[in-house]
Amino acid sequence: MNLYGIELESRLLLGSARYPSPALLADAVRASGTDVVTVSLRREGGGQRSGQGFWSLIGELGVRVLPNTAGCHSVKEAVTTAQMARDIFQTAWIKLEVIGDADTLQPDVFGLVEAAAQLCADGFEVFPYTTEDLVVADRLLQAGCRVLMPWGAPIGSGRGLNNVFGLRALRAHFPDVPLIVDAGIGRPSHAVEAMELGFDAVLLNTAVALAGDPVAMAAAFARAIEAGRAGFEAQPMESRDLAAPSTPVPGRAWLP
Amino acid sequence: MHILVNGVAREVHATTMAQALDVLDYQQAIVATALNGVFVPTHRRDTTVLKEDDALEILAPMQGG
Repeated sequence: MNLYGIELESRLLLGSARYPSPALLADAVRASGTDVVTVSLRREGGGQRSGQGFWSLIGELGVRVLPNTAGCHSVKEAVTTAQMARDIFQTAWIKLEVIGDADTLQPDVFGLVEAAAQLCADGFEVFPYTTEDLVVADRLLQAGCRVLMPWGAPIGSGRGLNNVFGLRALRAHFPDVPLIVDAGIGRPSHAVEAMELGFDAVLLNTAVALAGDPVAMAAAFARAIEAGRAGFEAQPMESRDLAAPSTPVPGRAWLP
Repeated sequence: MHILVNGVAREVHATTMAQALDVLDYQQAIVATALNGVFVPTHRRDTTVLKEDDALEILAPMQGG
């Protein structure tokens, strides 16, 4: 898989938040086989320097980071956060989130397009967290994005793919654009479904971090994503409503 | 000088942003900065002069999804 000119072995992008401990985060990242881990920027309170320890841990894992603008509700917030992220993480990659609704964390697609245009013009390589809306996708590509990340379902909901029809249409409309399902994945079967639809990758966090055994779940997702991709590449049969016998009918014994 | 550091009122004896980061014990820390809502890159901290009631934002790497 190639994202902004970078060849990646794994089709799983993994979030780094909400793990029970830093050690479990590290083990889950290793078990997942991912090449890309998402990170964020936050204030450090009370004289603590936990962010420095976290950054050391990520450095030891040897993965590429994808900083996000999580929690930003305006274009200005998102653009400034992206600039700060580039300064600290030394990468042009940015997972662009402009949140429009506090309950569903649904993207503000109008602000998203505006922020994406500004950031692309400033040399960023933008991974926009968007909906499955075709017109918005088109505007994001016009703004300069070369990867799209439609949601499967609201962030952290674990509901899977809420709108399979819309995601399938998105894949069909943009066959050459890397498409990553981001958010809402809860189980390995959801990831398989996304990959069988022809999506290039899956980005998830909570499904692994909040699993009873995050390390085992990371490994399960890695295998699910490989299986789903292999299934897509093998060109699945078309489904049908009525049965079709798999055993040949001619030559049946006559047994009155 | 009275400034806001990550939303908290502080008395900081510094003229520039770089000096303020030193005083606030961020010398070795990997952080990103903004002043009054405007991004200030690392290489401009030495020349970014603080004034009374400025709002300094100091962000560090953190877990994210």
